[in-house]
Amino acid sequence: MSKTIKLKKGFDINLAGKAEKTIASTPPSETFAIKPTDFVGMKRPKLLVKEGDNVKAGSPVLYDRMQENVMYCAPVSGEIVEVKRGAKRKILEIKILADKEVEFETFTKFNVSDIQNLSKEDATAQMTKGGVWGNIIQRPYGIVAKEEDTPKAIFISAFDTHPLAADVAFTLKGKEEAFATGISILKKFTQGKIHLNTDLNGEVASVFANVGEVENNKVGGPHPAGNVGVQIHHIDPVNKGDIVWTVSPYGVAQIGTLFLEGKYDASRLVAVAGSEVSTPQYFKTYTGAAVNKLVEGNLKQDHVRVISGNVLTGESIGKEGYLGFYDNLLTVIPEGDQPEFLGWIKPQKERLSFHRAWGLFSFLNGKNKEYVLDSNTNGEPRAFVQTGTFEQVVPMDIYPTYLLKAILAEDFDDMESLGIYEVVEEDLALCEFIDVSKHDVQKIVREGLELMQNG
Amino acid sequence: MKFLHDLLEKQRPQFEKGGKFEKFYFLWEANETFLFKPAATAGTKGVQVRDAIDLKRMMMTVVIAMIPCLLWGTFNVGYQHHVAVGEETSFFSLSNLLFGARWVLPILLVSYAAGGIVEATIAVIRKHPINEGFLVTGMLIPLIVPPTIPLWQVALATVFGVLIGKEVFGGTGMNVLNVAMTARAFLYFAYPSQISGEVWTQLAGKTPVDGYSGATALSVAYDTSNAGAQTVVDGLNQANSALAAPFGGEFFSFQNMLIGGIPGSIGETSTLMALVGALILIATGVGSWKIILSCFAGAFAMGTIFNMVGANAYMEMPAHYHLVIGGLAFGTVFMATDPVSASQTETGKWIYGALIGILTVIIRVVNPAYPEGIMLAVLFMNVFAPLIDYNVVQANKKRRLARATV
Repeated sequence: MSKTIKLKKGFDINLAGKAEKTIASTPPSETFAIKPTDFVGMKRPKLLVKEGDNVKAGSPVLYDRMQENVMYCAPVSGEIVEVKRGAKRKILEIKILADKEVEFETFTKFNVSDIQNLSKEDATAQMTKGGVWGNIIQRPYGIVAKEEDTPKAIFISAFDTHPLAADVAFTLKGKEEAFATGISILKKFTQGKIHLNTDLNGEVASVFANVGEVENNKVGGPHPAGNVGVQIHHIDPVNKGDIVWTVSPYGVAQIGTLFLEGKYDASRLVAVAGSEVSTPQYFKTYTGAAVNKLVEGNLKQDHVRVISGNVLTGESIGKEGYLGFYDNLLTVIPEGDQPEFLGWIKPQKERLSFHRAWGLFSFLNGKNKEYVLDSNTNGEPRAFVQTGTFEQVVPMDIYPTYLLKAILAEDFDDMESLGIYEVVEEDLALCEFIDVSKHDVQKIVREGLELMQNG
Repeated sequence: MKFLHDLLEKQRPQFEKGGKFEKFYFLWEANETFLFKPAATAGTKGVQVRDAIDLKRMMMTVVIAMIPCLLWGTFNVGYQHHVAVGEETSFFSLSNLLFGARWVLPILLVSYAAGGIVEATIAVIRKHPINEGFLVTGMLIPLIVPPTIPLWQVALATVFGVLIGKEVFGGTGMNVLNVAMTARAFLYFAYPSQISGEVWTQLAGKTPVDGYSGATALSVAYDTSNAGAQTVVDGLNQANSALAAPFGGEFFSFQNMLIGGIPGSIGETSTLMALVGALILIATGVGSWKIILSCFAGAFAMGTIFNMVGANAYMEMPAHYHLVIGGLAFGTVFMATDPVSASQTETGKWIYGALIGILTVIIRVVNPAYPEGIMLAVLFMNVFAPLIDYNVVQANKKRRLARATV
């Protein structure tokens, strides 16, 4: 049964600098990178290339020794110019200098009827070899899925409610067939349903309109309504022992393309947005693109924070950094490293707040006001004091404060019974934003998930 | 202002690890963050922008919400004095304000100074930041003591409250009991003669007029009921009839008690001003409206039940009188809503608030020893709040478990 879910709890952060739905005509990025740290749960990455090697788009670059069949592949063809390592020789970035024309590694092509008859094993083999398996994320834990598992259902959130999020439908224009094929492939992996969840308040884009074999659910409400974790909670929650998979719409299309065209297609539209971007719009590039070309000459000022992803769950990468594997958004906001005289008590309307404590008048601005927020923490870390606010931004039957305290106390029984299997970082990101006591909520959640996973 | 900031920053090395005043880092930090919102930025991973709220601002909101009670209390201390010694005065006269300030300000200063010193000392010893929670506690304590209290007792109670009520547990956010209520309970049991009986009017050495009684409405109600000759309302109406009521009717008429022209602790007398504070707390979302509403509802419901039982005159006192006499309103608005010591789940807040209201009225009416119930009711429920939460959270766990086995 398809479900319609209306959520009331949550909070929309309306930032200035939304990306126009136009595609920029700038020279493409020259270098691209694969960052093992993007793949949550990757324990022991093993490199398959060394500096100076030439690779094609789709050539395997590394794998996790804990999951040896799953390859992570080069997004473009070119030369491996640098393997950047951090402390204890941890691999941070594998940089590829792209060729002018991208050459593709060839994989087996299938036509539509072949795909119907394809076995799960053959599909798995092609996907793990062809670099697209990393798109499949497993809940609980939010890690790359294991080939041997059979999920009870697969969830796809077809909309993104994060601040300044790229328009999912716009970025998938023309990928209708690939998306539908991707669904057919995924269908082989579960006895259960594939849930395709679209925005209750928006039009259903053509790419999602006529897909067979899926449950079309409608979800509406403020952020985090678009978070797949919230949708799972309301449609078919993860209980102890359950495994479900989630895939981004882009990931589904990429899987489809691998089978239809026999290539690992890492091209994607990336939104470059944020208050400090001169012309916020979309760029056509590849996964893991260097951002220097995207921001060069495109910034209003120099003292900025460049974020791969959105302002709630993203990572600050700097102007010379690389986009993350899962990110199709680059956000640029002002860096907030200036002190403010009596800033803790000054009445103000310009700094967004979920709260209405003395002097926080942003709620008077109305919902359509676009904010320019900087990276200042607006306060210092403190013990938990205020209660009842986390619950207002988490539209799930979960007590976030109790869950967080259980994690901090490393109480395994409580973590489990309070619902840690149902959340990953992004689901509680709003708690971190609104927290009076400025805890690193997402970091705590990840620590809890790692405890549950590894003991 | 850059100059000031530079000046402060120049001192930083002396207070940081290895510096000459390393021990006093958190004192310096408290000063710096009080003047300037720090330049700290979000980490590389996780949220990149943060809400404009911080704990200082939240605490200041509570302090602001208490200002109507403080101002009213200051006028009232003056008014009670002048009316008791037979000097004609209107409530909002300058002489009332000046007389009130003469007695209230020292209490306020001593409370902030004593508590501040304890906070700072503990912060240095335990190496934790200075807790903003004291902004609120330092103001609450003066508002719940009589205007005649000796200053050394204020200091002692504050030190006790902050030290035993809060710091031994680890500071703001970790305490089990409401700090200000702990301080008052300490005074109540350690120095009962200075906080009960005829201490509610500051006579400042003058002789009161004939027919004056320094009792509060609560003790009048209690004594009337014990005498058994008349109803509590009649008893209240006859008490202190020699004195002029500032807001019409008899001295202890309903409206006078509602508006707050009666003797009592400095901040508690005006139910109206407590409600103004409640409005501020609820509008800003800093205090839980659920606790405030359920607490008043609980008190009213218990009063109504006692009306129906009607075993003595006190039980027959109209239920709405319970809401305006004594410190119920002030305690409900500013003490029960303390987020740290209150129930922390939304369902729990309903139960917690209602039980405070119910217990307050039970203690008032049934218990012969304590005329005021709110203090003990809040402390009692502080202790029970974790139990309420435990059961609410347990229900959540059961829902999750039930779902898994279906």
